[in-house]
Amino acid sequence: MSAPLLEARQLSLDIGGKTVVDRLNLNLQPGERLAILGRNGAGKSTLLSTLAGLRPPQAGAVLLDGEDCTLLPPRQAALRRAWLGQFQNDPFGSTVLETALTGRHPHLGRWAWESKRDAELARGALQALGLAGMETRQVHTLSGGERQRLAIATLLTQAATLYLLDEPLSHLDLNHQMAVLELFAGTARDCGAGVVMVLHDPALAHRFCDRALLVYGDGRCEQGTVDTILTAKTLSELYGYGLRQIEDRGQRCFIPE
Amino acid sequence: MPTRRRAFLILAALCLLALASFALALTAGSLRVPPAEILAALFGRGAGAGAGEMVVELRLPRALAGFACGGLLALAGALMQVLLRNPLADPYVLGISGGAGVGAMFAMILGLPLLAVDGLAFAGALAAMFLVFGLAHGDGSWTQTRLLLTGVIVAAGCGALIALMLSLADERKLHGMLFWLMGDLGQTFSWWPALLALGGALLCAMPFARELNLLSRGLMQAQALGVAVDRLRYAIYLLASLATAASVTTAGSIGFVGLVIPHLVRLAIGNDQRLLLPASVLAGGSLLVLADTAARTVIAPQQLPVGVLTALIGVPVFLFLLSRQPK
Repeated sequence: MSAPLLEARQLSLDIGGKTVVDRLNLNLQPGERLAILGRNGAGKSTLLSTLAGLRPPQAGAVLLDGEDCTLLPPRQAALRRAWLGQFQNDPFGSTVLETALTGRHPHLGRWAWESKRDAELARGALQALGLAGMETRQVHTLSGGERQRLAIATLLTQAATLYLLDEPLSHLDLNHQMAVLELFAGTARDCGAGVVMVLHDPALAHRFCDRALLVYGDGRCEQGTVDTILTAKTLSELYGYGLRQIEDRGQRCFIPE
Repeated sequence: MPTRRRAFLILAALCLLALASFALALTAGSLRVPPAEILAALFGRGAGAGAGEMVVELRLPRALAGFACGGLLALAGALMQVLLRNPLADPYVLGISGGAGVGAMFAMILGLPLLAVDGLAFAGALAAMFLVFGLAHGDGSWTQTRLLLTGVIVAAGCGALIALMLSLADERKLHGMLFWLMGDLGQTFSWWPALLALGGALLCAMPFARELNLLSRGLMQAQALGVAVDRLRYAIYLLASLATAASVTTAGSIGFVGLVIPHLVRLAIGNDQRLLLPASVLAGGSLLVLADTAARTVIAPQQLPVGVLTALIGVPVFLFLLSRQPK
């Protein structure tokens, strides 16, 4: 069997001197979708950016396609994994198409300019996110949800095999939340991409992911298939708030008590 | 959609602008010389012809130095704006010109020759650069805010030292000192170091232009897309600082070129650094050549410091840009 897309070995993370993740082992195979859930400040985003190789772990290692990501040149890493951050800011003006084209950077040589094919890829990604026809708009004229979809389109343009998404649904309306989750489910199913996403809705995590990782913020982490781990009992403990579980046609829903 | 073709056309147009600015700089002045004679002198055919040669000998080096300084400042400004991810940054915001000013004022107070003034100015600029870098990098965080604050404080300190030296200086020396501080091409020692620095800086920056585009969108984003962010930021800081130092050493602290030119160019052609950097160099160089030509002809035979003119042009343009910025 080939190396997993993503593997964490004995990974430990500190935030401000406090250990939030302690000796975590994790691996993700092609086509797998993993949800990360936890309270605010539990270290979900820190974990995700560490998995992306954007910050060094306190201990342990992260492997992309079996290679230690601290040893990979940044460009090589960018060809393997795409990372969606929580915040997009644009101090300088830029058009929607230019922004989407930035995803092609790791694929282009130092002196190369974006080709027609790159532009087609970017347009395709914009269309997939419902942004067709907005190519020449300035990014600062977009709404929060549109800006978020543009960030996701940029990610698709990057065409990596592993997607690490930090709250991909923020600012999105219900319709686009479902569209984005369907999109990544399709990418995982059809292209064998791996998807790791930080989510705040356990019901959506149950519906759109294979496995879930619960981050408690005190070093403890639990993982398992969504059916076994996303239950009223574990989630009530995770969020520190009582939840009731309702099953409907194979889908789970959690209601605060 | 950024294309090579568009970039080429825009740069070609700006090259024409640069040539036109040189033509004006060579022909304008108190001594009227027919353009044919100037051309003959330029291409070495009017051997010993007098007026033409004299004009070329006097005006060409000054125009070349002006072009180099304008280009260096515009390039450094564009780089600083990306480094600090702040559209209001300029080459002087991190105290480079303050350091150079302290060095130059000190040399002038001591009555040292022009070469020593340049040398001490350059040393002062380097000292300020390393001071800001060391202080901002101290705890390893090296964030934009920390860098900006450190730079502003060091610049303020240099400003105080300069004011102190001005107040202690001999009145006969004061005129030269003020001219240096406002930026003046009349005291330029030689033109080729700045031009060489300009060529070198542009050559160093261009291979990284697309990475700079990403850097301007955020450190983590850039890193996720495959940019070696830390190394790139050190390199830009060093490059922008050295470019600024080369310019202030040559012509004193000429204001506003470094702030306004990258903005104007960005407004006209967008924010793609692959085009923005060379276009800023050409536009900044041309503007300074034109401003300097005005500075020495408007109330001739009296000369104005060119920095005053660029600021007089720069302030209203900048306020206009600021007022029409979205949000």
